[in-house]
Amino acid sequence: MATLQVPVDRATGTTGSERAAGRIWRAVRSNRKAFSGAVILLIFAVLAIFPGQIAPYSPLDDNFGRSLGPSAAHWLGTTANDQDIFSQLIWGTRETLIIALVTGALSTLLSMIMGIAAAYLGGLWDLTLNTITDILLVIPTIPLLIVILAYLPNNGLVPLILVLVVLGYSYGARQLRAEALSLRGRDFLEAARVRGERSLYIIFVEIIPTMTSLIAAVFLGTATYNVVAAATLQFIGFGDPNSTSWGTMLYWAQNGEALQTGQYLWALAPGFGIALLSAAFALLNYAFDEVGNPALQRVKLRPSGPRRSAVLLERIGARRAR
Amino acid sequence: MLANRPSRTTQPAVATAANTSDAVTLLKVVDLSVTYRTRRGDVMAVDGVSFDLERGEFLGIVGESGCGKSTLLFAIAQLLAPPAVVTSGSVNFRGTDLTELTEHELATIRWKELSVVMQSAMNALNPVKSIGSQFADAMRAHGVRSKPQIAERSAEVLRMVGIDPTHLGSYPHQLSGGMRQRSMIAMALLFTPDLVIMDEPTSALDVVAQRSLMLQIKELQQTLGFAVLFVTHDMSLVSHFSDRLLVMYAGQVAELGATRRIFDTPLHPYTRGLLDAFPSVRGPKVPLTGIPGSPPYLARLPDGCRFAPRCPVVEDRCREQAIDLVDVDGQVVRCIKYRNGVVIGD
Amino acid sequence: MRFALRRLGFFAVTLWACLTLNFIIPRAMPGNPLLVMMAKYHGHLNAKALQAIEVAFGIQTHTSLIVQYFEYLGNTFTGNWGMSLLQTEPVSTVIRGALPWTLGLIGVTTILAFVLGTLIGIVGAWRRGGWLDSVLPPVFVIFTSIPFFWIGMLLIMFVGKFIPTYPTSGAYSYGAAPSLSWSFIVDVLQHALLPAIAILITSIGGWILTMRNTMVTVLAEDYVRMARAKGLPGWRIMFDYAARNAMLPNLSGFAMSLGFILSGAVVVEYLFSYQGVGNYLIAAADSEDYALMQALFLLITVAVLVAILLADIVTALLDPRTRTGG
Repeated sequence: MATLQVPVDRATGTTGSERAAGRIWRAVRSNRKAFSGAVILLIFAVLAIFPGQIAPYSPLDDNFGRSLGPSAAHWLGTTANDQDIFSQLIWGTRETLIIALVTGALSTLLSMIMGIAAAYLGGLWDLTLNTITDILLVIPTIPLLIVILAYLPNNGLVPLILVLVVLGYSYGARQLRAEALSLRGRDFLEAARVRGERSLYIIFVEIIPTMTSLIAAVFLGTATYNVVAAATLQFIGFGDPNSTSWGTMLYWAQNGEALQTGQYLWALAPGFGIALLSAAFALLNYAFDEVGNPALQRVKLRPSGPRRSAVLLERIGARRAR
Repeated sequence: MLANRPSRTTQPAVATAANTSDAVTLLKVVDLSVTYRTRRGDVMAVDGVSFDLERGEFLGIVGESGCGKSTLLFAIAQLLAPPAVVTSGSVNFRGTDLTELTEHELATIRWKELSVVMQSAMNALNPVKSIGSQFADAMRAHGVRSKPQIAERSAEVLRMVGIDPTHLGSYPHQLSGGMRQRSMIAMALLFTPDLVIMDEPTSALDVVAQRSLMLQIKELQQTLGFAVLFVTHDMSLVSHFSDRLLVMYAGQVAELGATRRIFDTPLHPYTRGLLDAFPSVRGPKVPLTGIPGSPPYLARLPDGCRFAPRCPVVEDRCREQAIDLVDVDGQVVRCIKYRNGVVIGD
Repeated sequence: MRFALRRLGFFAVTLWACLTLNFIIPRAMPGNPLLVMMAKYHGHLNAKALQAIEVAFGIQTHTSLIVQYFEYLGNTFTGNWGMSLLQTEPVSTVIRGALPWTLGLIGVTTILAFVLGTLIGIVGAWRRGGWLDSVLPPVFVIFTSIPFFWIGMLLIMFVGKFIPTYPTSGAYSYGAAPSLSWSFIVDVLQHALLPAIAILITSIGGWILTMRNTMVTVLAEDYVRMARAKGLPGWRIMFDYAARNAMLPNLSGFAMSLGFILSGAVVVEYLFSYQGVGNYLIAAADSEDYALMQALFLLITVAVLVAILLADIVTALLDPRTRTGG
């Protein structure tokens, strides 16, 4: 074949990727929880891109008073190191968000390779890749991370991200592999094989678009997990103490005995930020939980809008009427 | 899962064997419609189906995959689960409308008067409980509590289907496919109900086992006298055993009548197509025909006759409006070509 | 049977992987942390202790890497884990002191979270569309995504504000001698309550959600529909038909996620200065007490593996398909 023919669905005139993207967009838009998660994420993105415009001071500026309470000049007060908490919070958004998205993306990519390839190649490849994944899945991550980071001479952002990616891909890989395995026997893949398509083509054009919802769910789940894992490690003291992320703020708060001395905002603000960010990811994820498994869809007891795509019938008709 | 039931404060008068006369039809389905209500829209899987069933009668319901026959069965047995909902019509079992009963009221009828046999016993039987304990569950739910009684009846029904009662202690995965199906049928007969609803109970078996199971079902039916609603896509199989046939297409009744009549004179082009697709093994050699095309997407139905896109004798006027059922001398059909006789309505 | 063998095999491979990781990581890191550690120890420990460390780590610089490796393996299995710099006593002694505290706190809390979460999940799935089902899942999804330690911090803050005298650190009051007296037990329970609540809140959400989802899938199965058709009472369908089947995959998931829970529990211990295994792990890592650190790491991993094995055994016993069919 000279050109790559992307199959188009007869009834709706869309390709696999278009259908997948449409599914995702519909899922997010129609699900209230997911939509609120998306809104929160958007707000954080704005903070991350334009911190200078929003934060009143530089985060490392340390010539304000010590441990001041909230005031007009310092909305959240100052730390025991004379820095403005609110500015730190805003500036910290960027690094925290970067960690979340970069580790999420890389980890998902690794999950896809390890999971889908293992499922598709089968045999010894599957056994080896899968065993590695399972081992990493079973070993408790934070202790292992602590061990690795303890041996490193310096604790920068890059080793943190690398280590999180390599150790955190396993859960997603398992899910993707399970789905890929179940897809392997499906008719439309058989049809592609019979047509004579190459394996790589099948993987990229047929399998992956069908799995888009799951991949999105994996990405969100990994991002959620990594936000918390990174913050935790920084909190314990294995991050870069000079960085501006929320986890580091918590580290300094713990060091400055914030909770014991009543400087609550110092400890609460970054913690709240982390909680909100991971909640945003988790809420978004909730939409894909239901898209992936129609049995989980919310039961509506009133008639709804006009009839739409035939994709719905595929799932219902095939399952119900026999 | 058990929502959508109206709650009532008075007990309805359920017709029992004691007070029923032969004049009350065993099962009278009137204009039944079932819709799947989902976020993305409504799909009507069953559209205005009506038929009667008398005591001891064997009615076969035939159609392609996706025509709504299984949904119809579950609607009749009151086993629909969200997002499927009965949107109109009634299911009158011995004069009582089942769709109006609460789950609690239904429980007295379930299994004692009306039981169900499903397609795959492997899926229909609880994998972590033994066959015997699943029999016992059913009996205990209906007031039979003494262990010897339960054991005796369980052994009795198993013997009826030709299974050694020692298998009561076995788990579903330990039995062969045929034995599993037969034990499901045995379970359905625990209380010798008046109506047994069967959803393609033989399609999971090989051809030889299919026939022997059908023979067994027919024999049991004639001995015990229960009525059977038998759903299948295999017309030739059911035709040897059914008294009447109901042909479904795209959620509607396409044709309904005595089996012999339908085989001798199929009225609806779809029925004719189905019959032509199953040539007789012993008859003269005829070219194998199928019905071109595929069933319509229920979410996007054409105006007019639903079979028009695939009909070999379609005319322009077929596509104009929806077609009503007509009665042609005892045989009911939904085709514009027949006008004599009484218009029944949809 | 083959399944059991496969699991044991996996257990063994994972254990081997951890041991090897423990061996390789310090030697692969830039800056040769082991030699640095040895240099630090020189001033603090006597010759015999130094010898013990060398043996525990397999640092015999005059032998080959392979020999070091096997000596290290041998020592680990014979309980020869070296000396802890932090505590200036054998690692095994430190572990013996810390382990019961962790087992008590985390063991009990995890099981409680599992049982409660599973029950709530069952009921939530059963009453789909009810208030429980629509309110709880998002609430608990949010709770699960909050870091363990932040809930702990919130607890410390609230308790500190409203009950200033309530203990928020340690496993028992400073200076109290461990004994089986009633007052000591009460003291221990008091200290354990806050960390337990922190762990419970963050881990229960996961159980509720997974149990609910498994239940919803199971409720759509034919045998549940069949149970309805037979007119069985609702509670029997819920427990005997649905929950019994939904429980099986959940049980294996329980063990798998134990690793995740232990991770969080480690941090909770640190936050509350609770003298358990996790707290010591972090302290050891912080002060480069590598002997103690790697021993604790191995311990935690072995605990997870044992839990997985136990869960597998229980699942096999509950599922007649593995019991009889194999």
